[in-house]
Amino acid sequence: MQTYDALIVGGGHNGLVTACYLQRAGLNVAVLEKNGWVGGAATSRELAPGFVYSNCSYVCSLFRPEIMRDLELPKHGLQVVAYEGGAVFTRDGDYLASYRDHDSHRREFARYSKRDAEAYDRYARDVTRQCRFIQPLLMRTAPDPFGFRPRDLSELLYLAKKFGEFSPSEMAETLRFWTMSISDFLDEYFETDVIKAYLAISGIIGTALGPMSPGTAYVLLHHYMGEVDGSVGAWGYARGGMGAVTQALSRSFEAAGGTIRTDAEVDKIFTRGGRTSGVVLASGEEVRAKLVVSNADVKRTFLTLVDEATLPQDFVHRVKHFKMRGSSGKVNIALDSLPEFPALPHESSCIRGDLHFTDTIERMERAYDDWKAGRWSADPMLDTMIPTTLDPTMTSPGKHFMSCFVQYCPPKVEGRDWTDADRDAFAETVVSQIADYSPGFRDRIVHMEVRTPRELENEVGLTEGNIFQGELTFDQLLFNRPVPGYAQYRSPIAGLYMCGSSTHPGGGVMGAPGRNAAMEILRDLKRSPEQMSKAHDVI
Amino acid sequence: MTSFDVPARVTTNAYDAIVIGAGHNGLAAAAKLGKSGRKILVLEAASAPGGAARGREFAPGFRSAGLAHLVNRLDPEVARDLGLTLAPKSGAAMPTVVLDGANEPAVLRGAYGETIDGVSVSEAEAFGKLREKLVYQAGILKRFLRRPPPQLGAIGIGDISTLAAAGFGLIRKGRAEGRDFLRMLLMNVADVADEYLEDDRLKGLLAFDATLGIHLGPRSPTSLLGLYYRLTGEVYGKAGGQFIPEGGMAAVAPAFLKAAEKTGVTIRCGARVGRILADRGRASGVVLADGAEFAAPVIVSAVHPRTTFLHLLDPAESDTGFLRSISHIRTAGNVAKLDLALERMPNISGLTGRDHNGRIVIARSMEHVETAFNPAKYGEFSPDPVMEIVLPSLADRTLAPDGACTLSALIQYAPYKLKMGWAAGKPAFLRIVLDILERHAPGIGKTIIAADLSAPTDIETEYDLPGGHWHHGELQADQLLINRPTRAASGYATPIDGLYLASAGAHPGGGISGLAGWNAARHILSGAKR
Repeated sequence: MQTYDALIVGGGHNGLVTACYLQRAGLNVAVLEKNGWVGGAATSRELAPGFVYSNCSYVCSLFRPEIMRDLELPKHGLQVVAYEGGAVFTRDGDYLASYRDHDSHRREFARYSKRDAEAYDRYARDVTRQCRFIQPLLMRTAPDPFGFRPRDLSELLYLAKKFGEFSPSEMAETLRFWTMSISDFLDEYFETDVIKAYLAISGIIGTALGPMSPGTAYVLLHHYMGEVDGSVGAWGYARGGMGAVTQALSRSFEAAGGTIRTDAEVDKIFTRGGRTSGVVLASGEEVRAKLVVSNADVKRTFLTLVDEATLPQDFVHRVKHFKMRGSSGKVNIALDSLPEFPALPHESSCIRGDLHFTDTIERMERAYDDWKAGRWSADPMLDTMIPTTLDPTMTSPGKHFMSCFVQYCPPKVEGRDWTDADRDAFAETVVSQIADYSPGFRDRIVHMEVRTPRELENEVGLTEGNIFQGELTFDQLLFNRPVPGYAQYRSPIAGLYMCGSSTHPGGGVMGAPGRNAAMEILRDLKRSPEQMSKAHDVI
Repeated sequence: MTSFDVPARVTTNAYDAIVIGAGHNGLAAAAKLGKSGRKILVLEAASAPGGAARGREFAPGFRSAGLAHLVNRLDPEVARDLGLTLAPKSGAAMPTVVLDGANEPAVLRGAYGETIDGVSVSEAEAFGKLREKLVYQAGILKRFLRRPPPQLGAIGIGDISTLAAAGFGLIRKGRAEGRDFLRMLLMNVADVADEYLEDDRLKGLLAFDATLGIHLGPRSPTSLLGLYYRLTGEVYGKAGGQFIPEGGMAAVAPAFLKAAEKTGVTIRCGARVGRILADRGRASGVVLADGAEFAAPVIVSAVHPRTTFLHLLDPAESDTGFLRSISHIRTAGNVAKLDLALERMPNISGLTGRDHNGRIVIARSMEHVETAFNPAKYGEFSPDPVMEIVLPSLADRTLAPDGACTLSALIQYAPYKLKMGWAAGKPAFLRIVLDILERHAPGIGKTIIAADLSAPTDIETEYDLPGGHWHHGELQADQLLINRPTRAASGYATPIDGLYLASAGAHPGGGISGLAGWNAARHILSGAKR
């Protein structure tokens, strides 16, 4: 029987990050992955001959630079190509271009409204300030307000100090910002619908909320964090697809001597006498370890892998009521040539970025109303990219891969399970929306992979297909994520830890949960995490 | 030293303080200031005091007692301090009846359903558990209502003691309860109700009560705050109670008026303030629309903050950032008020005679409220709205001729900014509402003598309420406490020396509680600079 110091259940990016840090700290670590490949939701798969897909997550926007440095990911092959533009197509045949460069962006805004162009500076300044407050929180364990342990208190003081650095009006602004809807927030700056629509997208991606729901302004930060770093990593494609991120992590892990076992699905986590002693695989094989770290989401971990009876009742109750609520789908398309968008100028750089077809916030909100009623959006909000415009390694020359992130898409269709017919109808709404702006689009399609929350749950293992392993609402953030009193990566079972996006600070290919979990584990082992760089507070 | 010590110009028109607006908050502020022996003048634009609690004849022989049709949050300390005796001696709590049009009504008795008729025993128990938790949590929030919001950066002893008390209140019941409070505080009411309840009528009621008068649906994050706010109100020492005063809602305005008058306050009606006099950041008096001028070192504005700073005060006195934040106050009303003149008392299906005295809520389920909310987001009224009904003439016979009856309903959602415009929209919306009433009280249509529907636009004109919003601004997380109405004016004091806010637009918000006015007066008397 195999024995390790630590087992990681699930080889997603967070699991691999934890694995790397633990292995580098001198533990003997094994990653157990049910699929024949690692990567979880950050994978590159050749699903059609000659076409490599980033078939789940699709941009490398938030991955923490500290982790890239610590784990030497560039050395292990991770290259991030910053993308060059973007566009929102409007129904009147025009478009709103976006550029990475603030001033060009401002000029484009001015094309629609001088006032909005003016406001954009104010907007950028205010949002950056909010990011500056939230960013240090990402790479720290959230203090437990009712922990009363010295570390909780000192952390609370640290946060109070960070907050104290704000002027009273800035503090008040922050309190407003955290509780506002992205729609109300944008109304305070801009007057042009398409500009508001463009900026609102980051407030709702991945959430089961509409742009008019309070709390979506905060979600905006979640997607802007990368932006603020100003590092090349911010907003780009991983060369070779998102799998490049987890491939680099795997190499870094194996270079440090770690073991990766694919096709090794964990069936149960042993929890005898309130502590764990390892896992049993679907094959029946037992693998022993004093430490087990679950990269799976909190529901899967404690309602499926762990025997409920061994857990405190109130904990189980909270886990059962933890909100997952998948709200998005993914349509991955192989194209035999680059689609044309007549609205864009010839050779425009915009196509080498994120493309959108929703030009008003009302359309987004109505798309959300469909989701609330248990239907996929008739007029969905797409976040579309063609990474092959910048990365020639994913397809043969001239061919292209298009990633369409689709919101909204419910975990169940009007209360019943998805059928293949539903899935195809869902895909059709997506393709037809794109085709409206790109003549001949259908004819270019060589192959298409459609993923509703059903596929995301069954194939990737995300409960209800929630890409963040749990809603990013106040009741599930910081010391509340995933369960109040268990928000520091530990569980009620000694030796069993969580490192997935169900934990603080949540989803996105960020790696922060994985790093923070490793930090706590090493603390419990009384090992100084010397190879772990401090989270940087200053931008 | 208080701003009072600045000597007022010696003219016949000089006062120690001038209160703009004789709504209940204005009168509460005046009464509290008057008790200190100062010379106070209250100026009211309308021909009678009372503000939104001002009655009006909406049809020959039929009167409506004003916007609010019941009392559920009159603050006991304010009532004691100002000698307001409104709650009926009987002490009989007014029930809440929930109608879904299919099942027998669910009737909540006592203070917010201490006992419930018409639901299963287990459901009543579940509601009891949830009620206990929410009342406990609201009790913690309540501490922050009776004092100015803590001024960040300048936290005072009072603030610290309140925070400490709140903190103690949190751990009193143990970590678990404390953690649950921090988890639930900004949740939506739907998820909370779903965790505890099965019965759609009870869920519908919670959804309705949490969102009434607020532009949120039950599934919008932070919507639970609306329910907390309701439960911070108490009647006969019990949270969540409600009543109609002895002699009806028409007794509310006179009670506040009496409280102010007995402290020697001068009240002038039909005196519309045209301008607040201010020079280099200091207020010194007001000028009426008719040109009459009054001087005072303290000006207390009990009208909407937006009116105060954008219309009454010369914008040149405020900086752009402040004016911007004032213009950003979201204050678009979402509730329509219906007053019906009926030949006789309606017979509401499934209701016993005495329960017709209650608050009658029409909400089938959480989904019903959420679906009713959807169109409001796009400037359309709901084709299937939810509403709260009271029969005012049962408590106050003078509102209707003998044998006849009045019906008052608050209907949501009816957005202020209606795309088609209310001139065109009103008849259509009225038809929808009357059809719903007909379904729940068959035959009521034939007994209607007159129907008066006030859209938010009408409420705006009738009561000088920008947006027709009775809270003088959305009661949402981002417009509460230190952000109500906006940070720089959140502690009743404003950037203009000597100018104070005392309306529902200030902390803690709307409803007939008297707190905004009373807190403002206490803050002024305390002599605190900010």
